[in-house]
Amino acid sequence: MSTTINGPSSSKQSEESPYGPVGKVLNELDDRLGIAKGGRGLVDKIFPDHWSFMLGEIALYSFVVLIATGIFLTLYYVPSQALVTYHGAYTPLRGQQVSQAYATSIDLSFGVRAGLLMRQMHHWACDIFIGAMVIHMARVFFTGAFRKPRELNYTIGITMLILGILNGFLGYSLPDDLVSGTGIRIAFSILESIPVVGTYLAYLLFGGPFPGTAILPRFYIIHVLLIPLILIGMVTAHLFLLVRQKHTQFPGKGRTEHNVVGAPMVPIFAAKATGFFFMVAGAIALLGGLAQINPIWQFGYYRASNISYAVQPDWYMGFLDGALRIWPSWEWTGFGHTIPLEVFIPALIVPGIVFTLCALWPTIEAKYTKDTAVHNLLDRPRDRPKRTAAGAAIFAFVFMLFVASSTDVLANFSHISLNVVLWAMRVLVIVVPLITFPIVYKICVELQGVPGAGKRKRANIVSRSETGEYLAIPAEQRPGDGHHELDAETVPSYIDFQDEEPQDPGTRRVSR
Amino acid sequence: MSDDDLGSFSTASPDDPHMQPLARHPERAEQLIALTMVIGIVLVVLFGVAYWYNWKPWTFGVTLGGGILFLGFGITAWGKYLMPKGPFVEERHDLRGTDEERDLFGAAVTQRGAGILGRRKVLAGTAGLGLLAFGVVSIFPLLRSLGPLPALTPTRTGWKRGTYLVDSTGRAIHVDDLAVGGIVTVYPMGLQDTDQGQATDQTVLIRLTDTNYTTRPGRETWGPAGYIAYSKLCTHLGCPVGLYEQQLEQLVCPCHQSMFDVTNGAEPDFGPAPRPLPQLPLYVDGRGFVRAQNGFDQPVGPGYWERS
Repeated sequence: MSTTINGPSSSKQSEESPYGPVGKVLNELDDRLGIAKGGRGLVDKIFPDHWSFMLGEIALYSFVVLIATGIFLTLYYVPSQALVTYHGAYTPLRGQQVSQAYATSIDLSFGVRAGLLMRQMHHWACDIFIGAMVIHMARVFFTGAFRKPRELNYTIGITMLILGILNGFLGYSLPDDLVSGTGIRIAFSILESIPVVGTYLAYLLFGGPFPGTAILPRFYIIHVLLIPLILIGMVTAHLFLLVRQKHTQFPGKGRTEHNVVGAPMVPIFAAKATGFFFMVAGAIALLGGLAQINPIWQFGYYRASNISYAVQPDWYMGFLDGALRIWPSWEWTGFGHTIPLEVFIPALIVPGIVFTLCALWPTIEAKYTKDTAVHNLLDRPRDRPKRTAAGAAIFAFVFMLFVASSTDVLANFSHISLNVVLWAMRVLVIVVPLITFPIVYKICVELQGVPGAGKRKRANIVSRSETGEYLAIPAEQRPGDGHHELDAETVPSYIDFQDEEPQDPGTRRVSR
Repeated sequence: MSDDDLGSFSTASPDDPHMQPLARHPERAEQLIALTMVIGIVLVVLFGVAYWYNWKPWTFGVTLGGGILFLGFGITAWGKYLMPKGPFVEERHDLRGTDEERDLFGAAVTQRGAGILGRRKVLAGTAGLGLLAFGVVSIFPLLRSLGPLPALTPTRTGWKRGTYLVDSTGRAIHVDDLAVGGIVTVYPMGLQDTDQGQATDQTVLIRLTDTNYTTRPGRETWGPAGYIAYSKLCTHLGCPVGLYEQQLEQLVCPCHQSMFDVTNGAEPDFGPAPRPLPQLPLYVDGRGFVRAQNGFDQPVGPGYWERS
């Protein structure tokens, strides 16, 4: 290229762009914002391709659906515990004294066009959002994507998971139905269980003793403003770091620590991502329209002295509920004070330890392996058997706590005494993770020795020669089994599309 | 500017294998994708119709969900099967700066901080102190206006000497109201519709027999005519202990399955509850109404730090 240095005065802003009106707009923007250089980089940005990289996308897209449907709900919901006489669309409730929050939740379900769809989509999207975050986190953990330089993004992810769980709890508490009201009562008692400051925390959050009149307005503003704002900021930071540090990739043909192989942002990744957003939103809408979730009109409104059988929280709170059920009744009393360890430990210490362990894992692993290098290539889980086994054991522990949240249903369903089920869960919560570790470790080590595991074997053709000798010859690869990827190239600046061959006049292509 | 800054100016011909679609029969794929998109469009339009005419809720879900799902399939398939299959590559550049850059940055941050700020120690100190004071004071609204500070007995109930027991409709309980084995939730008269009555004072009244019943030594007068009353707040997490297993004479908390032995002072037999439910001493007055001898002898509900 020429070495001429162009001064700012010679920028050719007034000239026509060879790329038409769009090019002209881009030039105008570049004159003011200097977007050409970075913009080209963004357009060419390469995203590696692997099915497991879409798990985070599911979380992101369901979060977008949450915001959209949530805004719809705020237009009709009133966060007030004031008692009103119900006169709305739901006939069985007419004439009853219910809180305004419950009345508006029922009315936006039955009296507002597509209101039930929006409410159920919101609830489904939340369940999917948190589920996708959990599975995405598992992917990041088991493939070692949290290693340097991505420890910060991993921590942001865990924080978003905790905030998501918290906001889910606040959100399903808002309708003021019998099930969620019981959940709020339990939350109050959990806050109260914290030594020294617990009662103060509970009173300040609830504005006095349970239930008070402040809790729904406060939960509401935390649920629709505070936590969503923090989440949006963290999602932005998460994506910014993803772009800045570039995505990890699995080892493979032409893939090194120093490059990214995949598809460019525009238009290929953008098309796939946009389509996938539509698919996630569509699936949530189908669930919201066809699969009933949280039927608050069946639960009834909340009165503090009422309760119903088989009260369970949403799935992501299940592990807390399970821990509370199986923890023994060890209350500590002395020196004129009480520490309800039977609440404080399972509800706060156990999840605290689990999440802290997860958050500190990158540090722990780096210390243990003395590996401080920058990693852009992912591990296969089998190649890191100890990490994989440890992750599986932690997961098994949390999963068993989750199962323990349905002791009463399990006992009822299988006609076993509740006592047996409870003791079984107490044992299994400890034993299952301890068994999981060596089993997963062994599976990983075994898999390492089988390079072709999971792939179809080639057929052997056995033939007999004229001399009577038997030969086993591997057959040709089946079509589609081989890996026929081309060498990766940089994204071309121009694609030299020739005009379509002019068709002969008088001939028409007719499809069969 | 050099080539490196802008990436390559390579030109690809459409014949380049990287530019080929993944689909083996692109025309057929295009028709299929177009059909998918058309189905999506039809369903989205149908959603508009359903919404306008306010059809059944499930039609909203099917048309909206199906519509965007089909559009999503179409767009994704277009990107995956008909756009250039690549693969393309991009270099990663080290995030780490050069040694010189790191040196200059470190010097600027630390020396400017120490040199310029540290020179005026008084100002740095007062500024820091000011921020600290502001930080401390900004906690005050949380403590002073979010809610009342808990009194030392945050679970004082509305039960007093002589309080009538009423059901949720406000009707006073008479000694002839319950058959043996019967149970009813009661509140202090006048408080049955208040938050305190509902959330803190709620009590279960059970008739175990038709003669005086003693649940444990020292409570000989508490159960007149077989009526005994326990706080309905579970000592585990404060759920209403709403299930009564009549055969076993046990109260069961539906939340976490704590079981309380009604015949033995509501001692917990099973589950995570640490303490018995407090018992309310009762008497039957001259007209036959069941009334409280006194309040509960201990705080009701779950444990907390200030509870002795």
